[in-house]
Amino acid sequence: MTTTVSPHSALTTRAAVGLVASREISSKVRSKSFQISTAILVVLVAAGIIIANLLSSSGDATRIAAVGDAADSFVGIESVEVEAVSTVAQAEQLVLDGEVEAAVVPLVDAEPGTPAVEIIALDATPVSLVQALSIAPEVRLLQEAPVDSGLGFLIAFGFGIVFFTAAITFGGTIAQSVVEEKQTRIVEILLTAVPARALLAGKVVGNSALALGQIVLIAIAAALALMLTGQDVLLSDLGPAAVWFIVFFAVGFVLLAAMFAASASLVSRMEDTGSVLQPVMWLVMLPYFLIIFFYDNEVVVGIMSYVPFSSPVGMPTRIFLGEALWWEPYLSLALLAASAVVIVAIGARIYENSLLRTGGRVKLGEALRG
Amino acid sequence: MLTISNVTKHYGERRVLDDVSFEVGRGRLTGFVGGNGAGKTTTMRIILGVLAADSGSIDLDGSPLTREGRRRFGYMPEERGLYPKMKVHEQLVYLARLRGMRSAVAAEKADELLERLELHERRDEPIEKLSLGNQQRAQIAAALVHEPEELVLDEPFSGLDPMAVETVLGVLSERAARGVPVLFSSHQLDVVERLCDDIVVIADGAIRAAGTREALREANSGSQWELQVGDDAAWVRSMPDIEVVEFDGSYVLFEADARGAQSVVQQAAQRGEVHRFAPRRPTLTEIFREVVQ
Repeated sequence: MTTTVSPHSALTTRAAVGLVASREISSKVRSKSFQISTAILVVLVAAGIIIANLLSSSGDATRIAAVGDAADSFVGIESVEVEAVSTVAQAEQLVLDGEVEAAVVPLVDAEPGTPAVEIIALDATPVSLVQALSIAPEVRLLQEAPVDSGLGFLIAFGFGIVFFTAAITFGGTIAQSVVEEKQTRIVEILLTAVPARALLAGKVVGNSALALGQIVLIAIAAALALMLTGQDVLLSDLGPAAVWFIVFFAVGFVLLAAMFAASASLVSRMEDTGSVLQPVMWLVMLPYFLIIFFYDNEVVVGIMSYVPFSSPVGMPTRIFLGEALWWEPYLSLALLAASAVVIVAIGARIYENSLLRTGGRVKLGEALRG
Repeated sequence: MLTISNVTKHYGERRVLDDVSFEVGRGRLTGFVGGNGAGKTTTMRIILGVLAADSGSIDLDGSPLTREGRRRFGYMPEERGLYPKMKVHEQLVYLARLRGMRSAVAAEKADELLERLELHERRDEPIEKLSLGNQQRAQIAAALVHEPEELVLDEPFSGLDPMAVETVLGVLSERAARGVPVLFSSHQLDVVERLCDDIVVIADGAIRAAGTREALREANSGSQWELQVGDDAAWVRSMPDIEVVEFDGSYVLFEADARGAQSVVQQAAQRGEVHRFAPRRPTLTEIFREVVQ
């Protein structure tokens, strides 16, 4: 009986998810507080790296041992004090005794175009020395680095704090957006247009993209700062761990996002979100505290690197420290992805069942039963 | 046509809807009236699928209403809400696109509607900055922006000034004229009486009366008559089988059967001028009071 031509086309679920996600993103990106906090975070990370570098590089001259004409490489470099020895064995002994920080020895079978010298160090690459050479020579370490280097802690702490802040920030955003829709009852209008699952998926996708974007931004800032301060070597060590961190974070955040959304959907007022979010908050904070207190405990970090909630922090730390075998991150990632699938399914059920129940707090059991 | 059949709903032990059935015809404005807690909102939420009924069915043009069918509805929920921080126009476009409207068409429709509802100057302001009346207009726009094929509005006129009521009314009548079934609830019985084609009265979860406005008034008109004559009408009191309800100089309201009424009007014509004589049609408020008790 209608004579008008319908302007509606069937909206695919994917299109609905895309629409919801882009609204989540644009409303967040446009908020002043988000812009400011992102800028502060990026500046803090970059400034931290630069300041730490300035503080550490203003020390005494580096003592090194040199064999034969290898010492020539350091002519004119002020920060290096060269002690000449006659054999490679002598040089190695000085390194082992701690008399010198490193030894520079001629490399017999050097390829043309590569440095004709090799640097020998005890357990860590002498970054400043390598940088002092115009072409980076090959580095041979006499001992494997022990776990408790200050740098190891710093990196582990870095992963921990970035994961923690991003998860809290964007998890909080999801929770807020879920409750806002319930509180204003716009959810009643939305649900007549799109299924609850599309709404949830859009929120998770949108906020995951935001979180990931912010982390990539921080990673770029950190990389730039490292390059600016000439710490390219550290950067190449950190690179693989950072990439794994981003991959783990992406999957891990989806899992957390579903938990934040499902928890928040149980209440109808902003004031009530605090109490329902507490369990999720603990799950987010736990890996952060564990890594601070146990970063040098191989067993704890080893377990952390497989438990889905802490693997985004644990595994990259182990990768950086060189403790993880090549297949370990893949296995851990598979575990994380599998648990994300399960938790998203449960979360979606809770979300769907509690979205239209307003008033008091919905009991978890009721939300699960439907 | 939207058909609600035998819908029953309980909240725990309490029965909030009891075998509710009525129809909303295409192209008709149907007013849904009832006191607080009578079951209007619950019924509307069930129509929109926001709430599940215990039993009963909702059909659209003879076939059960599906999720897909509901996407073409325009709905204004009882408790108002749009995104507080989102700009009016942007928000309308978003809601229209969620229903599958193309972005450019949605933008155009939103502008058209804002213009019509005299909200155009506020198009780029966030909802939370608008006055309550303007928020209400934005809410109405949100229900209409996607060119819905059916409209269900819970108290669309509450909080609007008389001018705004007229504006909104105009927009709704337009939609109805295009063949859209429009169901809206209201406490403002005078508004419903003035503009609705059909009226549904609900009380304590049960439908007490439903039908066209005229039929409803007819059915509830009882046996009262109004007479307005040129001079004093006091003589009506002395007529047999007649009970005067109200008397004011040349005006008299009396109760009588048809025969009694005829004898009164004959008497009046003999005595002088008859300005007006008619059976008295009750107002909706009176009908409402009557059927709800």
